[in-house]
Amino acid sequence: MQPTSRAFKANAHRALGDPNLQRAMDMMRTGFPARRAVAIARLPEFDRLREDGIAIKNHVLANLDFYLETYEANVAAQGGTVHWCRSAQEARETVLALCRGLGAKTVTKGKSMIGEEIAINDFLDAHGITPVETDLGEYIVQIRHEPPSHIIAPAVHLIKEQVAESFRATHTHLPRERGLEEPRILCDEARGVLRQKFLAADVGITGANFLVAETGSSIIVTNEGNGDLTQILPKAHIVLASIEKIVPTLEDAATLLRLLARSATGQEFSTYTTVSTGPRRADDTDGPAEYHVVLVDNGRSALLGGEFQDMLRCIRCAACLNHCPVYGAVGGHAYGWVYSGPMGAVLTPTLLGIAEAGHLPNASTFCGRCESVCPMRIPLPKMMRQWREREFAQRLAPKTQRWGLEAWAWLARRPALYRRASAAASRVLGLLGGGRGRFRSLPFAAGWTDMRDMPAPEGRSFFALWAERTKPAPRAR
Amino acid sequence: MSGSRDDILGGIRAGLGRGRLGPAETAALETRLGEHRRNLVPARAAALDHAGQVALFVTMAEEVDTTVARVARADEVPAAVADYLARQNLPARLVMTPDPRLDDIPWAARPLLEIRKGRAEDGDAAGITGCFAAIAETGTLMLVSGPETPTRNNFLPDTHVVVLRTRDVVAAYEDGWDRLRRLGAMPRTVNFITGPSRTGDIEQRIVLGAHGPRRLHIVLIDDDAAPG
Repeated sequence: MQPTSRAFKANAHRALGDPNLQRAMDMMRTGFPARRAVAIARLPEFDRLREDGIAIKNHVLANLDFYLETYEANVAAQGGTVHWCRSAQEARETVLALCRGLGAKTVTKGKSMIGEEIAINDFLDAHGITPVETDLGEYIVQIRHEPPSHIIAPAVHLIKEQVAESFRATHTHLPRERGLEEPRILCDEARGVLRQKFLAADVGITGANFLVAETGSSIIVTNEGNGDLTQILPKAHIVLASIEKIVPTLEDAATLLRLLARSATGQEFSTYTTVSTGPRRADDTDGPAEYHVVLVDNGRSALLGGEFQDMLRCIRCAACLNHCPVYGAVGGHAYGWVYSGPMGAVLTPTLLGIAEAGHLPNASTFCGRCESVCPMRIPLPKMMRQWREREFAQRLAPKTQRWGLEAWAWLARRPALYRRASAAASRVLGLLGGGRGRFRSLPFAAGWTDMRDMPAPEGRSFFALWAERTKPAPRAR
Repeated sequence: MSGSRDDILGGIRAGLGRGRLGPAETAALETRLGEHRRNLVPARAAALDHAGQVALFVTMAEEVDTTVARVARADEVPAAVADYLARQNLPARLVMTPDPRLDDIPWAARPLLEIRKGRAEDGDAAGITGCFAAIAETGTLMLVSGPETPTRNNFLPDTHVVVLRTRDVVAAYEDGWDRLRRLGAMPRTVNFITGPSRTGDIEQRIVLGAHGPRRLHIVLIDDDAAPG
């Protein structure tokens, strides 16, 4: 997809005024965090599992070359093939060549964020191969020609009436009188249509939550079972995965799986966790005849050793999105690309560059919830600050903002002057706004006062109060 | 593509600020891979005796909309399956995996239960399979693929009936991995199944039966043996 991350501000503005989106986001904000809290309260070892999980990921990143080579050898030993791809373009071309080699006309797809990242659907479509998303949420956004707005709940920005409308427009076989008002009915409708797609597909493409070096296996986690029908029925299974998905052993995978579902949907375990190893065996009566792994770097190796390396621990659970007040207010589309919320604000600039996406890290209140709920304890706020510093240093921030910051920095480095100036400013503002205690509008601050009042300063400044408190108390004689 | 492979591995090493790992470091990593060392395993199931684990399995499974019927002996299974189908108003017709684990069940004792052995096809409304192991911690079934246990039987039929024996109930996923390694070779597919298929993709309202089975029913045979 064409990124619109530059336009975050305008996107967010539009999102705030969209009543359907706001209704959908209301449901999102309450649902996910509450379920996660319950699941975590039930597992007293959760924080210790987090420590184990972080140690596993850090260990893998420090030895990533070894584990990738081991993984590749074990995939080959099981009869599969690993295709190494440096860039999105290489990955797209590899998938296309594999599909063409298999004579594929239709491809079913399980949900894959790396698939979104490399925009595989548009590419296959443009080359005469029809990709069909099979996760219900992904299917909905596909027929609406929209990108997913959430990394695990692609259609979370929609209300059911919008889904019904899209089904009505696409499923032309639907009789007019057939009601589509309930999720149950919509789900059954999609199930019927997609079951035929599963049976007819030539190739199935899934992502991978984990790649296991020890066995050469890929692991996917779903609730619908779509990823399973996608990989079991067609003649080939293509796994799209980025290089940081590696874990050493099945034991390590178990630890991360315990963290994933609880952090994501608040489930004890997702409905389906599937470990796939190579193509069908000689005596098997089902399963894909070919098994390919398209292993994508696309900028990840460049993060190693740098200030964003910890981002490679991310297991894409979406807890940071689910707990972010900014994401909860504007939804995922405002971020303008594949990844959204705090993890998107950090990851997108690394993948698209700071000129395109450098504005995203500003979409944060620095409340710190993202880091506190992240099962991998990725220091997301710190990384967003690092991006902001770079944006400022590269003079990419808007001029008014840069001048404002420079002026403030000049003043802040002169404490005596700063104190006098701020005391004077607060006295003036206090007098002007004193009557009501707040301002309805202020020059240069329309961005604030258009939406809410600005409180007027009252009483004495923090500095004055602090100076008084720390003054040594008069000694008793 | 070997250019890409070298570039990626080279980029990783450059980022990590080192060259290829030396033999000693590689040997240490090989050892870690071969040890299958467990990380922290929650006490929830591991701290219980086997009967407690079986009870926990049932509780956790029922929590995610799996239904469980417990029977004392293998010869009670056909009646339990027939009863279940009747209660759900489903026809007494099933596709069954040719799994030798199901061979000691006297299916012929219920002649009205129409059973076809083999691979599930589209249109098979109900299916019956055996089970490799079950994980008490989260009420999870563990099924593996093989010539007699095709994976599609776990997904295509609307109703999935699973025959499980208490001796196959283990505490944690790690116990499942141990059993898997005793098979000698990794099967093509290992399915962990925790409840019937579901989605929350429309307004986060949970709907059962998204693409896989709408119903998951376990007939649990109390064979009263510790897990082997």
